[in-house]
Amino acid sequence: MDLIADHISHRFGALDVLDDVSFTVRAGEIVAIVGPSGCGKSTLLSILGGLLRPAAGAAELRGAAAADSLNPLTFVFQDFALLPWNTVEENVAFPLLHTGLSAGERRAVIDDALRRTGLSDFRAAYPKQLSGGMRQRVGIARALAVRPAILLMDEPLSALDSQTRELLMEDFVRLLADGSMGAVYVTHNLEEAVRLADRVVVLSRRPGRIREIVTIPMTRAERGTTDARGPMAALQGELWSLIRKEAIDAEREVQHA
Amino acid sequence: MPSARSSMLDRAPREAKDQSAEATRPVAFRGAGFIPGGSRHAGWIALALVIAVWQLAGSAGWVNPLFLPAPSAIAVAIYKLAMSGALWQHLSWSIMRIGTGWLIGTAAGVVVGFAIGLSTMARGVGITFISALFPIPKIALLPLLILWLGIGEEPKIATIALGVFFSTAISVYSGVDAVPRNLIWMAQSFNVPFHAIVRRVIWPGALPSILAGFRITASVALLLVVSAEMIGAQYGIGAFVLQAGNLMQTDQLLAGVVILSLFGLAVGKLINLLETRLLHWR
Repeated sequence: MDLIADHISHRFGALDVLDDVSFTVRAGEIVAIVGPSGCGKSTLLSILGGLLRPAAGAAELRGAAAADSLNPLTFVFQDFALLPWNTVEENVAFPLLHTGLSAGERRAVIDDALRRTGLSDFRAAYPKQLSGGMRQRVGIARALAVRPAILLMDEPLSALDSQTRELLMEDFVRLLADGSMGAVYVTHNLEEAVRLADRVVVLSRRPGRIREIVTIPMTRAERGTTDARGPMAALQGELWSLIRKEAIDAEREVQHA
Repeated sequence: MPSARSSMLDRAPREAKDQSAEATRPVAFRGAGFIPGGSRHAGWIALALVIAVWQLAGSAGWVNPLFLPAPSAIAVAIYKLAMSGALWQHLSWSIMRIGTGWLIGTAAGVVVGFAIGLSTMARGVGITFISALFPIPKIALLPLLILWLGIGEEPKIATIALGVFFSTAISVYSGVDAVPRNLIWMAQSFNVPFHAIVRRVIWPGALPSILAGFRITASVALLLVVSAEMIGAQYGIGAFVLQAGNLMQTDQLLAGVVILSLFGLAVGKLINLLETRLLHWR
């Protein structure tokens, strides 16, 4: 299943946020969206996931998701969005309660999602009892439980410390390795973008327009090798040079606001 | 053989206190205060002390028992009231009025509060009415309610229900407003139906505010039942306190006040219990 951003523009009141953004996320592809602060990355993701109606243009799907997909477009949120009154297991079960699965099928799906994210021993814990990294793992388990065709990830690591970020990034690489799921990965971290994405959409400062779409010239498997470190650093540098000036301008604009 | 790493550590010079001639002084501690600790027994000890002094003042004849009867006299009055059955008669009438009025006011307040929290139209209309009517002291409406509903129990219960309704509605819609938006988006992103979002996300999310509202409405109900019973009732703690005052039976008057205080404490404990049970996840 492909996800298409078709000439999307958006505004909040008098403030233009996005301007004529178009690109396609092909089945199994990971597309990162980067850009200066306030350029509309998260707004674009909300529009792509159907949580926000664009002022112009549309988010469209092409092709069918896998037959067993319960929620083809599934979000992983920056702040985890866990229900604090529910246990880990209940949080993972939450999106399955209204899907028509039997109790036995639900149990199997939940067990599988908890196992894949290393949460099997924490199923009875409440979110407040978990570290930030473990909370985000619950968010990922919940997303995996509905077997998405495309994951929509809104800065999923930005609320975490650097060591936890590194560990979760390894999890993302592993979970997305077989190409059965695509992803749109919004981040301000260019290292994450280069490490995970097949293509990087670079947005300009507000109103966000597509400045460049950069293809990462390495397979995801190649990026895990020591030899790839140099080329990946060079790619990061190139991406940074694309957005540096606008990031500075955006920061000054925010400070003046 | 020690590893190179431990060897390096061994060789590192240890810093001793600089023995220069100039005198040293400790860094002043500035982090004290602003963290009031709770003492489990201090409150009870203070209360016991006050009662002891009060009793001493009564026993020694320092105060006229007509104006301030001793705690022992109040305890005897409560005992006699309990033995005669009068205490239970008055208490049961008050509890019936509070219970009925509180339940009606709470049910209506929860429904209206949720409607205001979830519907644009209900919010537009509801907040205007609540803002206009909330500040009215509800006891002032009792004569009007007697005119409308007669002189039975209905106007007293309606007064309590009205007082409870407004506070409940406000605490409910404030609680609904306070549910983090991202939790609602999360549920919507999984295509969870509206009724399930209300039941599984908004209701538990608003519950802390709703229970805090219960604490306030319990006090409002107690205040209004006493006021209403003083204005027009034969039985009830408010009526009993008023009668005792008219007859200068201050030991009985204060016995009524103590019973009201104990009733308020019991309701507070009940709400604490509810919070512990329902909000254990906090």
